[in-house]
Amino acid sequence: MAFDNYFKLEFEAKKVNESFARNTVAMFCTVLKPTLSEINDIKTAVSEAVTNSIVHGYEDKGGKIVLEVGIENNVVDIKVIDNGIGISDIDMAIQPFFTTKTEEEHSGMGFTLMDSFMNTLEVKSNDSGEKGSGLIVHMQKVIRG
Amino acid sequence: MEIKYTGDNDCIYAELSGELDECSAEYVRISLDDLLKNESFSKSKLVLDFSKVSFMDSTGIGMLLGRYNKFSKQDISIYIKNPTSYVNRIFEMTGIYQIIPKVC
Repeated sequence: MAFDNYFKLEFEAKKVNESFARNTVAMFCTVLKPTLSEINDIKTAVSEAVTNSIVHGYEDKGGKIVLEVGIENNVVDIKVIDNGIGISDIDMAIQPFFTTKTEEEHSGMGFTLMDSFMNTLEVKSNDSGEKGSGLIVHMQKVIRG
Repeated sequence: MEIKYTGDNDCIYAELSGELDECSAEYVRISLDDLLKNESFSKSKLVLDFSKVSFMDSTGIGMLLGRYNKFSKQDISIYIKNPTSYVNRIFEMTGIYQIIPKVC
């Protein structure tokens, strides 16, 4: 897809960067004049994807997360890419309340919220990952303003 | 994230303010669980005021389920108060009100 506007950034998989990532995407989208509700939807979805990479993909041991965001007409296209351990059964992982870390108080609702708040959600392995299969979370939001 | 505590006869109120995500949830977990370590703590209700929570993701749900498990073992009921419409939507979507009711 050729975007009207686009950015790509790479950052360390640290929890402190969750706020940086979601707020950066939110600011980038402001040209489309989104409603507060639409901005919050995007912020939550980005936060879920980035948290998943940090906590599940890299198991809190750190790594690199790539965030790619494009705008085409009134659609915001977001990719969160990691080279972490990946997900062996993606269909199961996106089910509500599914979590591999029950002892750590994770709700298992991350992908459910991404799916609910965004117009499209695609989760796939990142085959170019250096270790493990990695993960690409690709989602789009239509901004109606 | 900050938490301000106030209380009356049988209830403690915790007013959360700021962004509740994976980064800040640990502080909230520790702060709330410290209530249980306090020997003079004899309240039967914990009311969590969400009116000043400006952002929340599913980490907030996990944190709440964890507190529900710990506090209910000591016969303390937890309630959610004043969420913003956005945070309320996440609570409704995840069905959290079925175990942690909303109060006015």
